[in-house]
Amino acid sequence: MWKLKRFLGQYKKQVLLGPLFKWVEAVLELIVPLVMASLIDVGVTGRDSGYIFKMGALLLLIAAVSLGCALICQYFASVASQGVGTNLRREMFAKINSLSHAELDRFGTHSLITRITNDVNQLQLAVAMLIRLVVRAPFLAVGAVVMAFTVDVQLSLIFVIAFPLIVLVLYVVMSKSVPFFRVMQKKLDRISLITRENLEGARVIRAFSKQKEELSRFTGASDDLADTAVRVGRLSALLNPLTSIIMNAGVAAILWFGGFQVDAGRLSQGEIVALVNYMNQILLALTVVANLVVIFTKASASAARVNAVLETEPSVADSAAAEVRPDPDAPVLCFENVSFAYAGSEEPSLEGVTLTLRRGETLGVIGGTGAGKSTFVNLIPRFYDATGGNLKICGRDIREYPLAQLRRMISVVPQKAAVVSGTIADNLRWRKGNASEEELWAALRTAQAADFVGALPKQLQSYVEQGGKNFSGGQKQRLTIARALVGEPEVLILDDSSSALDFATDAALRKALREDTRGMTVVIVSQRASAVRRADRILVLDNGEMAGLGTHEELLQSCPVYKEICLSQMSAEEVSK
Amino acid sequence: MSQKKFSAGVIKHLLSYTRPYAGYLIAAMACAFFSVVLSLMIPVFVGEGVDCLVSAGKVDYRGLARAILYIALSVAGAAVFQWLMSYCNNVITYRTVKDLRIQLFRKLSSVPLKYIDQRSHGDLISRVVNDIDQVSDGLLQGFTQLFTGIVTILGTLVFMLAANVWVALLVVVLTPLSLFVASFIAKNSFRHFRGQTAIQGELSGYVEEMVSNQKLVKAFCYEDRSEEKLEEINRRLYTEGQKAQFFSSLSNPCTRFVNAVVYAAVGIAGAAFAISGLMTVGTISMFLSYANQYTKPFNEVTGIITQLQTALASAQRVFAVLDEPSETPDAPEAMVKESCGGRVELRDVSFSYSPERPLIEHLNLLAVPGSRIAIVGPTGCGKTTLINLLMRFYDVNGGAILVDGDDIREMTRGSMRAQYGMVLQESWLFSGTVRDNIAYARPDASMEEVEAAAKAAHAHQFIKRLPEGYNTVIAEDGGNLSQGQKQLLCIARVMLADPPMLILDEATSNIDTRTEILVHRAFQEMMKGRTSFVVAHRLSTIRESDLILVMNQGHIVEQGTHDALLAKGGFYANLYNSQFARAED
Repeated sequence: MWKLKRFLGQYKKQVLLGPLFKWVEAVLELIVPLVMASLIDVGVTGRDSGYIFKMGALLLLIAAVSLGCALICQYFASVASQGVGTNLRREMFAKINSLSHAELDRFGTHSLITRITNDVNQLQLAVAMLIRLVVRAPFLAVGAVVMAFTVDVQLSLIFVIAFPLIVLVLYVVMSKSVPFFRVMQKKLDRISLITRENLEGARVIRAFSKQKEELSRFTGASDDLADTAVRVGRLSALLNPLTSIIMNAGVAAILWFGGFQVDAGRLSQGEIVALVNYMNQILLALTVVANLVVIFTKASASAARVNAVLETEPSVADSAAAEVRPDPDAPVLCFENVSFAYAGSEEPSLEGVTLTLRRGETLGVIGGTGAGKSTFVNLIPRFYDATGGNLKICGRDIREYPLAQLRRMISVVPQKAAVVSGTIADNLRWRKGNASEEELWAALRTAQAADFVGALPKQLQSYVEQGGKNFSGGQKQRLTIARALVGEPEVLILDDSSSALDFATDAALRKALREDTRGMTVVIVSQRASAVRRADRILVLDNGEMAGLGTHEELLQSCPVYKEICLSQMSAEEVSK
Repeated sequence: MSQKKFSAGVIKHLLSYTRPYAGYLIAAMACAFFSVVLSLMIPVFVGEGVDCLVSAGKVDYRGLARAILYIALSVAGAAVFQWLMSYCNNVITYRTVKDLRIQLFRKLSSVPLKYIDQRSHGDLISRVVNDIDQVSDGLLQGFTQLFTGIVTILGTLVFMLAANVWVALLVVVLTPLSLFVASFIAKNSFRHFRGQTAIQGELSGYVEEMVSNQKLVKAFCYEDRSEEKLEEINRRLYTEGQKAQFFSSLSNPCTRFVNAVVYAAVGIAGAAFAISGLMTVGTISMFLSYANQYTKPFNEVTGIITQLQTALASAQRVFAVLDEPSETPDAPEAMVKESCGGRVELRDVSFSYSPERPLIEHLNLLAVPGSRIAIVGPTGCGKTTLINLLMRFYDVNGGAILVDGDDIREMTRGSMRAQYGMVLQESWLFSGTVRDNIAYARPDASMEEVEAAAKAAHAHQFIKRLPEGYNTVIAEDGGNLSQGQKQLLCIARVMLADPPMLILDEATSNIDTRTEILVHRAFQEMMKGRTSFVVAHRLSTIRESDLILVMNQGHIVEQGTHDALLAKGGFYANLYNSQFARAED
């Protein structure tokens, strides 16, 4: 947790002054019972009404000053905690943006999102509590004991006994019940899982008439949760009664033993009242301390998770400082014996790939799942760095380019058609922020998307919901293709990106791409032979190795893997057409 | 105001779920009452005890002992009743909520599929999980806390009035201060918290989009722009969050302030009375104890009211689902279909999802036993609609679907659906072992039968390679299996059920070529001798069919054999040529 303390640096004033004011409030709070005791002892016993009013006014003054101190502290706490949270979110987001795929894969999307939201919230709360309560609560608890000592040493032994007893009860009950909450969360997750399965599998479940079985599965999970909840409840319900018994036993002891002291003239009635008050304070303060312990335990787990992200160094280093000039005459893409293995994996995912691609050429890449197609594609924009061989773009080693320049030259249409919330125009302008509407329409036309976008009431300004929920899979896919075309990239990579299209649209798209992207170097990745068969050259991958490179006709003769793929998808007659 | 109106109905509805636990409810109320009264009596006895300690030589030990005995009794009683109250509350809350959850789930498995198709699943899940949790947190626990809060306030007043009318009246006069402070804080922090939650949601949504699309962000060099956007949301979150936090953190200091004022006022007034002999020091100590915790129940009550509102809003979302009409149940005289010849006839069938957009109109179709019907057409043309009708997931609007000459609406749904084996493109597996998934239709199937089905589906090979073989637990969403493998398992499941008719949905993509060959072979074997409806993407499947239904924009535009349709030169011929024939530029 301490590794994150630099985030507090900016809020030094708040972090130091906040607790100070809170401390002043606590001191005043401890004085109040003494003032009251003297009010009773001097005022009432001495029948001095002037003194009573003077002390009364003092009490009101203390109340007002306490309130002022507390408000200042709460204000500082809110500024510092929210500020720290805001800075953490900003830094984490920037860090996530800088990580390469190898690291992102390791964390997982879901986990990163939790870290930047829930974990940061948890830390935010911890900072607020640090300022508001870390000084106050223990001070009040210990302070009450110390004050008791100043009143009467013998009677304060009661405090010395009650204090650890309350701590013990808090510790035992909480340490037994807190782990149960995690168990309950797991059981709740199971309920959520069964519900999701039933919604998504509604057709299958009804087709097999399994509603009754599913209901009993759900009932089982619900019973389980309710039983655990009742059990935990029974345990944690012990907390209040037990601590209250200890505290009141303390009060009774004060009264009884105090009786002897008063009888002997060593203590006054008012002082007994003060001691009773301190006993009350201890319980309140210790309960707060116990909650603080829980908050900080959670926060330190969160801090570790946040820190893990912030400390990760991206494995793809952006070392090139200045933009470099690509060689216009060199081949656009040049792989020389390129290999790649994922971190921790002994088997290379790609091995010994060698090929050159000139400007305007189209390369088809085909192969089954796990053949290395995606790996091949991921190396070109440097999502991963090759672990062996040389990869050149326009005559220069790929690592000589600053990442931004490199990725401006390359445009990717990903396998998963992902669009983000915003207007269609916003989505299309991802590559080129200032693209004109004509440019957008031209890209839409090539991508076979102009028709449906044109039919929308607000056309380019139509709103795309998160995840593009208001568009069909095919429409989204065409939008992502259009997005990649805006700003005329040097290299266009289509990563199995027409899978959601019906074959008529797919054919029209391929034709338009051939015609409208003549100067562009295109890499088409697909599982379907029909998608790559007309490429200038086809790279056949099998188990990470090059199984063949050539035209459709050449490969049919020379490459058995390619032939097998083709024949599994088309009739012999179509294959040879 | 409209909120008030819904509340009455919702509260009544919700309370009806607590009826089975009425005994517990009454017990909880009684325990709450006794626990509050007993704990309020503690300061009275402490006060009596203090009064026994007048000064040196003037200590009434007998009185003191009695006071301490009473303290001990009230503390013990209060503790026991408090624990019992919590226990009863827990039972009421969690059992009621469990019943409600099961009701909701039962409803979800009986609503027409249309409802499930039209709703966001995330939203429905959130109703089953989060909304019901809200109800459990807020409403029921709230009720008893509300009750304890009110009893505490009233009890405190009664005890104080009994002790000294004038000092008590002083406290009453100061009461509006507590109310004002409590409601001021509650209102402000609630408003800002709502704002904060909304922005927080926006931020999470944005982060989720950007993180899950990191490949895109990188590929398009969108980092700086996304950081700018995040910063904009982040800054709004700071402003609102800071306010929310500040206002909510006022609650404790302000409470302490009001308490301190009451404390001082009671001290002054009490001392003044004590001088004139109208009050003892013990009574002052009792008053001070009350003053110290006087504001607490006010805060609690205001807090609970806010919580109640949230809980009621959640309850309303739950009841909205429960109020949905269920599928019309099977008629009592409905036929139980035991076996099936495999003859399917669609007679003048019309159907649409919404009346203003007619979809299928006057469709006639005859599938003779053992025949193969391919359904083809562009994306989104309504191929799945036909599956929905055949399986009676949706009822036809006009005409009738007949199996072996009988209207399927005259059969029980379960027995009719059991005649079909269905493999959809989105393979559905549940979290359980491979074996459980294959044996879904027949949980009592022997291991040999399961393996035989898996072999027939060409799934046996890969299952054997899984870490635990047939006992491998399939992760949530089948994360540890590939698309193709999942589909093979679904095929094995149908193989084991061995139905007389089939509905198949060929996958368009995401299956690697080699597995695809296996899936294809498995499909071929399964279709032998069974009437099959196939949503087809593969040319070979289409051509080998006895009948091709060509759909476009929800309509059946053509039907016939491959050769007949090609000769006709219509929509199908176009489709076919655009893809497979010489469409070279």
